[in-house]
Amino acid sequence: MEKAFYLDALRLMLNSRNFEEKTEELFKAGLIHGTTHLANGQEACQAGLCLALSDKDWIVPTHRCHGFTVCKGSDPTAMFSEMFGSSHGLAKGLGGSMHMPDKEVCNLGSSAVVGSGVPLAAGIAFYFKRNKINNISVAIFGDGATSRGSVHETMNLASIWKLPVLFFCENNLYGMSASSSDMISIKKISDRAASYSMPGVTVDGNNVLEVYEACKKAVQYIKEGKGPYFIEALTYRTKGHSKSDRRLYRSAEEEAFWEKKDPIKNFENYLLEEGLFTEEEIEEEEERSKTGINLMAEKALSMASDCLTEEETMALVYAGEEK
Amino acid sequence: MTTREAIRKAMADSMREDKNVVLLGEDVGVYGGCFKVTEGLVKEFPDQVINTPVSEEGFTGLAVGAAMMGLRPIVEIMYADFFTLIFDPIVNHAAKVHFMSGGAFNCPIVVRLPEGSGTGHGAQHTQSPEALFMNSNGLKMVAPSCPSDAYHLLRAAIKDNNPVLFFEHKLLYGNEGEISEEELPIGKAKVIREGSDLTIVSYSHAVKTAIRTAETLDEQGIDSTVIDLCTLKPLDTETIFKSVRKTGRVVIIQDPAAFGGIASEVCSMIVTDKETFSSLKASPVICGGKNSPVPFSKDLETRVIPSVDECVKSALKLF
Repeated sequence: MEKAFYLDALRLMLNSRNFEEKTEELFKAGLIHGTTHLANGQEACQAGLCLALSDKDWIVPTHRCHGFTVCKGSDPTAMFSEMFGSSHGLAKGLGGSMHMPDKEVCNLGSSAVVGSGVPLAAGIAFYFKRNKINNISVAIFGDGATSRGSVHETMNLASIWKLPVLFFCENNLYGMSASSSDMISIKKISDRAASYSMPGVTVDGNNVLEVYEACKKAVQYIKEGKGPYFIEALTYRTKGHSKSDRRLYRSAEEEAFWEKKDPIKNFENYLLEEGLFTEEEIEEEEERSKTGINLMAEKALSMASDCLTEEETMALVYAGEEK
Repeated sequence: MTTREAIRKAMADSMREDKNVVLLGEDVGVYGGCFKVTEGLVKEFPDQVINTPVSEEGFTGLAVGAAMMGLRPIVEIMYADFFTLIFDPIVNHAAKVHFMSGGAFNCPIVVRLPEGSGTGHGAQHTQSPEALFMNSNGLKMVAPSCPSDAYHLLRAAIKDNNPVLFFEHKLLYGNEGEISEEELPIGKAKVIREGSDLTIVSYSHAVKTAIRTAETLDEQGIDSTVIDLCTLKPLDTETIFKSVRKTGRVVIIQDPAAFGGIASEVCSMIVTDKETFSSLKASPVICGGKNSPVPFSKDLETRVIPSVDECVKSALKLF
């Protein structure tokens, strides 16, 4: 692996983390309306997956979408703008924290209905297959979504039609407060794949290299026309479900255990141990990312009052005639 | 040509013109669809007619994603009653993705929903669920009453860049009629006959009742206008207002349960429009279906929708 690859992985994860840190700060300062779902701790899933995809492969993230949106290449300024509800946002301020579609980087946007983005992702794959386009689509979902009928229906459809879709399950152990061990009838979610005749693997979702390798293999399998593939990435969201979560359903010990498995710290240690990066280089990257994200947030904040008019908003209820 | 054939022809013409038009549904292939609407299509369009497993939510969601990428899927839901299974992909996704993406994505999907009572299938195979979608913004809804309108509205629905629900009444499949040269756009109501004393507004299968009501009233010297809504959303209020302002009397007839229905919305439009309201000579009347599930027993099922007699009686009270 080239040094440039490690640098990319580090930058994506740092940008994702810093985006969430800044978002939390802005929320706490009362500068953002509504709610937000932070993905701190899940950066290796986001970066590992996105690094394995080409620019033309599509993703459909979960409602916890910021990290995937950063890693797929969207402009964080437009993402902050979206959360400020300004017209400079990815969805012109009509989407908010859970809806950040970006056609330019092949991101269909998320569904705020858990598990409902999964059939949409299969629809992208259906489009590719029909048009003989050798790209893939990634249905990203959490452990909670695997209890949805739509996910099972879609896995069956993708399998019978051999659709180029990667089912990427971020198992962060909780669907809101519900522990996956209480809610899911099997130990390993990737075992579900066998029922739909597709390969299923479980990887350490806090290890960016492991996630990347698994995704690379899956992408290759799918692009060879062999049909869908299922990856379960075991990870942990270190923050609560949303801004109102007091995390009463899990112990301080458990949180401390996962804190030690922080995907960024561990990756940085790996880079140092392997002699790939010096401490100074890593500090420089951390600083650069933080400064960059903060600047983008400030820029978005400075334009936050630019909003669509009611007339412009109403004009977006229906699409026009042009294709 | 029957309505069944007109719908089939609209799909065939669209699929021939545009390879992006695909038909998905249960048994739509060799079987020809539950009501034989898609019969023969798979032969001419083997790559565009796709049989699905019994996964309404899954394949409709898939069609929504495919539509966002540029396909123009037509989804056949075997019985409109199964709308409950597609509410999420249609209401939460198809209807909103254009808006929620700030206009970046369109969702040109058509969902065909065979609806209506009178077939003896019991309460879960005879509903007309259009009212349940009425409040969902971003959707368009059409419900033709004759072969020509069915053809033109389906053609227009497939070309439309928005999600369109196409309600086809099962009892109308066998009705014969010529396909008019003139296109019928979405959003336009049709004036079937013009009279000066009364406006009868209706849509889908109930248009038959509306026409027979008008004919019965003719015998009593009451001259009625009959309006077929054709499109339920967005409603063509202009055509309705214009007629009501002229006649000052209105009867709205629909087959589905009256409470919270399309007729209520039409009525509300009329009475909340100042000029139209001021022109009223009598309170508007709604003749709708009974507020009950559709019964199985044949006689009871026949009586669940408004009869010509009931409509005539209601109309006469306006004079």
